[in-house]
Amino acid sequence: MSKIGVFVCHCGINIAGTVDVAQVVAEIQKSGDVAFAIDYKYMCSDPGQQLIKESIAKYGLDGVVVAACSPAMHETTFRRTVASAGLNSFRCECANIREQCSWVHQQEKDKATAKAIAITRSIAEKVKGNETLNPLTLPLTHRTLVIGGGIAGMQAALDVADAGYGDKEHRSVILIEKQEHLGGRMAQLSGTYLNFAAAPGLLQGIIERVTHHPNIQVLTGAEVVEVSGYVGNFRVKVNLNPSAPLSPDFTFDIGAIVVATGWQPYDRAKLPEYGGADIPDVVDGLTFEQMLAPGGEIRRPSDGKIPREIVFVQCAGSRDRERGVPYCSKVCCMYVAKQAMLYRERVPDGQAYVFYIDIRSAGKNYDEYIQRAMTNYQVLYLRGKVSKIFREGDKTMVWGVDTLSDRTLEVAADLVVLATPMTPTASAVELGQRLHISTDANGFYNEAHPKLRPVETLTAGIYLAGAGQGPKDIPETVAQASGAAAKVLQLFSKDEMTASPMVATVIPELCAACGVCVETCPYGARQIHPLWNIATVNAALCQSCGACVVACPNKASQVHNWRPEQIMAMVDELM
Amino acid sequence: MSLAYFPGCTLSTKASGYDASGRAVAQALGMPLAELPEWQCCGATFPLSTDNSMSLIAPTRILTQGQKAGGHVTTLCAICFHVLRRSQNFLGEHPEMLERINWFTEEPYQGTTRVSHFLELLRDDLSWDALASRVTRPLAGLKVAPYYGCLLLRPKDEIGLDDPDHPTILHDCMTALGAEVVDFPYASECCGSYLAVSKPDLPEKLSKEIVASARRNGAQAIVTACPLCQYNLDHPQKLIASGDTVPVLYFTQLIAVALGLEEAVWGMEKHYVDPRPLLSDKSSVISHQ
Repeated sequence: MSKIGVFVCHCGINIAGTVDVAQVVAEIQKSGDVAFAIDYKYMCSDPGQQLIKESIAKYGLDGVVVAACSPAMHETTFRRTVASAGLNSFRCECANIREQCSWVHQQEKDKATAKAIAITRSIAEKVKGNETLNPLTLPLTHRTLVIGGGIAGMQAALDVADAGYGDKEHRSVILIEKQEHLGGRMAQLSGTYLNFAAAPGLLQGIIERVTHHPNIQVLTGAEVVEVSGYVGNFRVKVNLNPSAPLSPDFTFDIGAIVVATGWQPYDRAKLPEYGGADIPDVVDGLTFEQMLAPGGEIRRPSDGKIPREIVFVQCAGSRDRERGVPYCSKVCCMYVAKQAMLYRERVPDGQAYVFYIDIRSAGKNYDEYIQRAMTNYQVLYLRGKVSKIFREGDKTMVWGVDTLSDRTLEVAADLVVLATPMTPTASAVELGQRLHISTDANGFYNEAHPKLRPVETLTAGIYLAGAGQGPKDIPETVAQASGAAAKVLQLFSKDEMTASPMVATVIPELCAACGVCVETCPYGARQIHPLWNIATVNAALCQSCGACVVACPNKASQVHNWRPEQIMAMVDELM
Repeated sequence: MSLAYFPGCTLSTKASGYDASGRAVAQALGMPLAELPEWQCCGATFPLSTDNSMSLIAPTRILTQGQKAGGHVTTLCAICFHVLRRSQNFLGEHPEMLERINWFTEEPYQGTTRVSHFLELLRDDLSWDALASRVTRPLAGLKVAPYYGCLLLRPKDEIGLDDPDHPTILHDCMTALGAEVVDFPYASECCGSYLAVSKPDLPEKLSKEIVASARRNGAQAIVTACPLCQYNLDHPQKLIASGDTVPVLYFTQLIAVALGLEEAVWGMEKHYVDPRPLLSDKSSVISHQ
């Protein structure tokens, strides 16, 4: 016979205002397996938990039922309490008499009390059958795959690699890049804003460190073909030459993945009011960077003349729900200021105009930088949108509005630079599907929580860095990459992983290896063992949903502590 | 079979040339226009007030007449078309408003009348190829700039006639007639519209810019599908030196010329800048077959 303790919580008046908790205690005490029962104002409080601990010792309890709120709320709390008193935590269950009873039956107090008694009895029956369980341990491969060799991927790779976990033969970081060279979009920039540092120089040092790092293996011109497995135990197929028809795939065992696939510029053809991609002297910001880069020259593409009047159009396609993308691309206000200042340095007698909706320069020293463009460089900022850009003779006409002076404007420009939005790479959604990570309506990868888990995905072991998750500039990208690396190292700080033991199991004597569970399992956790010819459970993938339990014709599949005889006993108490 | 036709006020008065050429062209193309009986003004603006039931009664009555005349009503006036199509859309989406308006009308509107612009019928029901095959006097050598204005195309989602930023329907029509189409940046800018009444200097200014831009881009003529656009672009040219003027035509007038219809139905008498010298300069523009 069991010795179960039942602890009935008032939850202030949340439960006790509706359910007669004294009566619940009185009734439950009549059960032969209940050695002790008591009610208390707040069971989750320190004195409440102390009461549970002391009672376990005093009455030699071998099972605990806390009749209180939903297990989603405090199951972890009470299991920890029970464990600290020396009892196996899986011998503790919560009977939900708040969300599923007192809160929904406030007008029927007698019936609510009867229902609370039935729920508590039913859970007491379950606890009687609960096994003593211990957390599972799973192997953990201490190797990271970084997808994308831009500044985000390289920073994450360096941070992880610097922490060790590898040697020349077994490098701890595999960095794969689709292009033939490292550097990503940053390699296409002339310089960074704030300090005008030349981007190629900044980047070169990082590329050197990555390529010579003893813990990093760089694979350029390569693509992820297939991803299987789970956190700590991914198997990733990589093709080193995707364009070659017979190029073989290589498979790597991987513990963690950092997705740093970056961005691509918006397709200008989608902006017909700005001439689509058809007006030669209209370029996007990235193209203008090439003119500013070492070896480049600021010239009109149409005839090679030095532009005397240049117009920058901010939000060209962004913050435009109807025709473009709805989001703010975040970096454009800053890089336009940089480009306009560099233009004024190179063409001192030239005039630069910037059309803007509003200036978004939130960041350390950012607004000061914009002010510098306005005051020190006499860049003419015009608050308003550009309605139309068209060719007239050898000029590119820009129609816009200045909402501060309430005038419509026409500028006969030599060169127009469109600050088009950052968009996810063309293959972002497809790669997301391969990795089982989700993308938002714009194709950016979703973080696990917008505020509190910004570098994780909802798939354990896969982390995000850089503009693939949303528009961001270099400092923010580097910070996020280091954050992703810290998450990888947090995972790697243990030799193996622990997982919940509340998973499906197979009674081998009953299993006919029919494979129904394999087809039923939504998580790919089941397979037929090739040698033993019985169904197996991959405990790391099992989410204990119970689908296999229902499907199994022989009742060979069971979930620990939710065995059929337990459930029948619970139902008996409720009927 | 004839098409129920709503001329609207302007086509009965100032823009009678649009009406005359339109009817003649429709007749010649085998789709004759039958004027709705006892029609009244459509209201000339699509009502945008919070309670627009009063202003919707007039367009609804026209839609009801279209319903009686076979379920389809066509117009030439871009403004009437705009008002009727938007009213039709609005009533489709607001059955409670339709029910309310039906309290005030002599017979109930079912909500199903098709509203079309004649230009749209040429494209969708006839086809440009069919139009081209009927041309006897191609407008070869005539450089014509299509001018769309606003009301024929906007708002895009409600009117749905063509892309307001890159419209092609007038272009395609002119190409079918054998004319050389000239693009210019003002093609779908506003002409000043009703401000011709209260602030005539504004359309005068806009007209000057629009016409000058068309000229700069090589246009010998401007073609439009809206009586207000025609008026606002044509009449202010009295302020321009005669050598710099550009005639502003209705597309139906150019079709009439290209189909070889007699000059009596061209309806160009009320134009300020007379297009006839350009069109009758047979050696340079119109090549007879």
